[in-house]
Amino acid sequence: MYRYDAYDQRLVDERVAQFRDQTRRYLAGQLSEDEFRPLRLQNGLYIQRHAPMLRIAVPYGLLSSRQLRKLADITRRYDRGYGHFSTRQNLQLNWPKLEDVPDILAELASVEMHAIQTSGNCIRNITTDQFAGVTPDEVVDPRPIAEILRQWSTFHPEFALLPRKFKIAVNGNHEDRAVVRVHDIGLEFLRNAAGEVGVKVWAGGGLGRTPIIGEVVSEWIDWQHVITYCEAILRVYNRHGRRDNSFKARIKILVKALGIEEFRRQVEAEFAHTKGGSMTLTQAELDRVAAHFTPHPYATLPDTDASFEAARAADPAFAAWTKRCVHPHRVPGYRAVTLSLKPTGIAPGDATAEQMEIVANLADAHSFGELRISHEQNLILADVPLAKLHEVWKTARAAGMATPNIGLLTDMICCPGGDFCSLANAKSIPIAQSIQERFDNLDYLFDLGEIELNISGCMNSCGHHHVGHIGILGVDKDGSEWYQISLGGSQGNDTRLAQVIGRSFAAGDVADVIEKIIGVFVEQREGDERFIDVVRRIGLDPFKHRVYGTPAKKEAAHV
Amino acid sequence: MSNFVKGTTLATNEWNLLRYPVVAEPEQKQAGKTVIFKVTGTEAATPETIAAFALPAGKIIVPLKVWLARRDELAPRLAAGELGVWFESFELIEDLVERVEDINVFPVIAWDFVRFADGRGFSSAALLRQRYGYRNELRAIGDVLRDQLFFMRRCGFDAYELRADRSVEEALTGFKDFSEPYQASVHIDQPVWRRHAR
Repeated sequence: MYRYDAYDQRLVDERVAQFRDQTRRYLAGQLSEDEFRPLRLQNGLYIQRHAPMLRIAVPYGLLSSRQLRKLADITRRYDRGYGHFSTRQNLQLNWPKLEDVPDILAELASVEMHAIQTSGNCIRNITTDQFAGVTPDEVVDPRPIAEILRQWSTFHPEFALLPRKFKIAVNGNHEDRAVVRVHDIGLEFLRNAAGEVGVKVWAGGGLGRTPIIGEVVSEWIDWQHVITYCEAILRVYNRHGRRDNSFKARIKILVKALGIEEFRRQVEAEFAHTKGGSMTLTQAELDRVAAHFTPHPYATLPDTDASFEAARAADPAFAAWTKRCVHPHRVPGYRAVTLSLKPTGIAPGDATAEQMEIVANLADAHSFGELRISHEQNLILADVPLAKLHEVWKTARAAGMATPNIGLLTDMICCPGGDFCSLANAKSIPIAQSIQERFDNLDYLFDLGEIELNISGCMNSCGHHHVGHIGILGVDKDGSEWYQISLGGSQGNDTRLAQVIGRSFAAGDVADVIEKIIGVFVEQREGDERFIDVVRRIGLDPFKHRVYGTPAKKEAAHV
Repeated sequence: MSNFVKGTTLATNEWNLLRYPVVAEPEQKQAGKTVIFKVTGTEAATPETIAAFALPAGKIIVPLKVWLARRDELAPRLAAGELGVWFESFELIEDLVERVEDINVFPVIAWDFVRFADGRGFSSAALLRQRYGYRNELRAIGDVLRDQLFFMRRCGFDAYELRADRSVEEALTGFKDFSEPYQASVHIDQPVWRRHAR
């Protein structure tokens, strides 16, 4: 993975000193609340319900074991011994003290980490595929370009105070696991017939209050121009994006208002001036960064392993885990492993300091000392030899991280919600728990197959409810918490937005409603059909009728 | 005491910045919040305000709209080197650039940060310097604070009227927040990987 050189290190060190001084001035009354707000936000610091919340950047979701140990150490010394992994592949601490934050940032800097631009109206953490570099048939490893973009976007002077937050995702694979179509800018790296690398650019996607799927701005930009092209998009946005209304300030609103044709024309006009300028990437710079992401020293292994097969045959629980939590790898004899942070009874995405240390040890022992965070809020060991899977499983299971539910109903994406977040309209963690408890039978979950259920506690959509097969949104009605259910969303290559099924429900009814929805699915399912395919085939009506109890004449006629 | 910085040091301000007379505007709300930042392209003033705008003797910086509407009258002042123009945060530099043969006839151009959090001035400054070849003084006015100075300078500002209630001496350290930025901009116009063998 990328290691800081003297320039990288100096920048994060200077950032710590800068924020220490800003915090001092704020506490001394020399900076007003309004003046301090963007400064603290661009260091990941929110003021929350109980305490500040600190969001630590995990660039493109990649961590070393050393960094994870430091995070564990920080949660123990400055927080309550756990952290929450977020859909931007970051880590959030819910209980730090404002006056400790400069020290926390200094601790992070000591392991080449930071909290830079994890919030605020600026370019946020660049996200990518959690299986980047190891997934079979990958077109381009997106990690070097993600690191180059991280550096470019860090303290970019022109885009330091945008109309609103700005999220960029990078994908280099046929199958999009980075959800590039719902980002302010989505980049897909691809190759042409001659084998040259280029990038397809989407803009104007986003979830939030007004969910919109991004549109293609350019089908192909030579890779050397990726930064100048992004700068052209950002410049148009920075100058013309709406600042009068924060609900309409994202780039998606500008793209919709102008229309994609006019937006593209403005971007291309800007790009015509800057193309070939000094931010044009060089092969030397790409090579320098890419050298940090060369393949690990993999052993030459057969792609089968007798001990693995024996363990799988002997232990049904292990066999179940290998079905859900073990993923293909480009190198024979290796697999990627997802450690589930979604056991029943725990807030989705939460990990304790002890768990972090166990994962760090596992990474050191069996996965070249590295791990990843997925936007689905799980931890990934990307390079585990087949023969070590059983051992990894045993350790992970003892630590509560081997629930074989990856991709299943209980592997929910869930924001911290009203328990922690001051923006939330409603709690989301208790809703997740009520559903997990209702669907606690693993055999049944297996039979149901892949179902993505996403929960957001407010329309800011941190829980990606718009792109869940089942989406749950917390809404506020006359001061009490209600939940709106939607169906039919999806992420990936076929990104679609879910549709609301009808009026919302009280918290205590949500699990019942989900059970009814699943009931319709089970009845209507043909063979091993996936939930989302059933929804697409039969439409929303049968689900609505079951949930709201309105008998359908149309359906009655079928009988 | 002066709150004016030229380059990165305290300086004497020789220019008289002329603002529009303050008129009480009805409070506008969007999404339940008072509108602070006007949409790009909003008209800054009425024709009557522009026509009545007083132009005292000496070196003056006038609003863009005043210069555009009264350029014949102001031409001698410009020729004498005592006229500059300032922009509202919601105005477009092209409205000036496209109406003069040489943008460098202006000894000073200023950009008003209505609130420090309005980053439109950063792109406008970069464009003035990089695209339109402006070489004279580019001044940040309005809500100009220490914690944005580093970015302002990098985008091409070289003069700053700091907000009067802040210590200018302390603010000067803001220029030194970071020593080796990653990306190219106006000040430091090459990315770190072109400046140094990494």
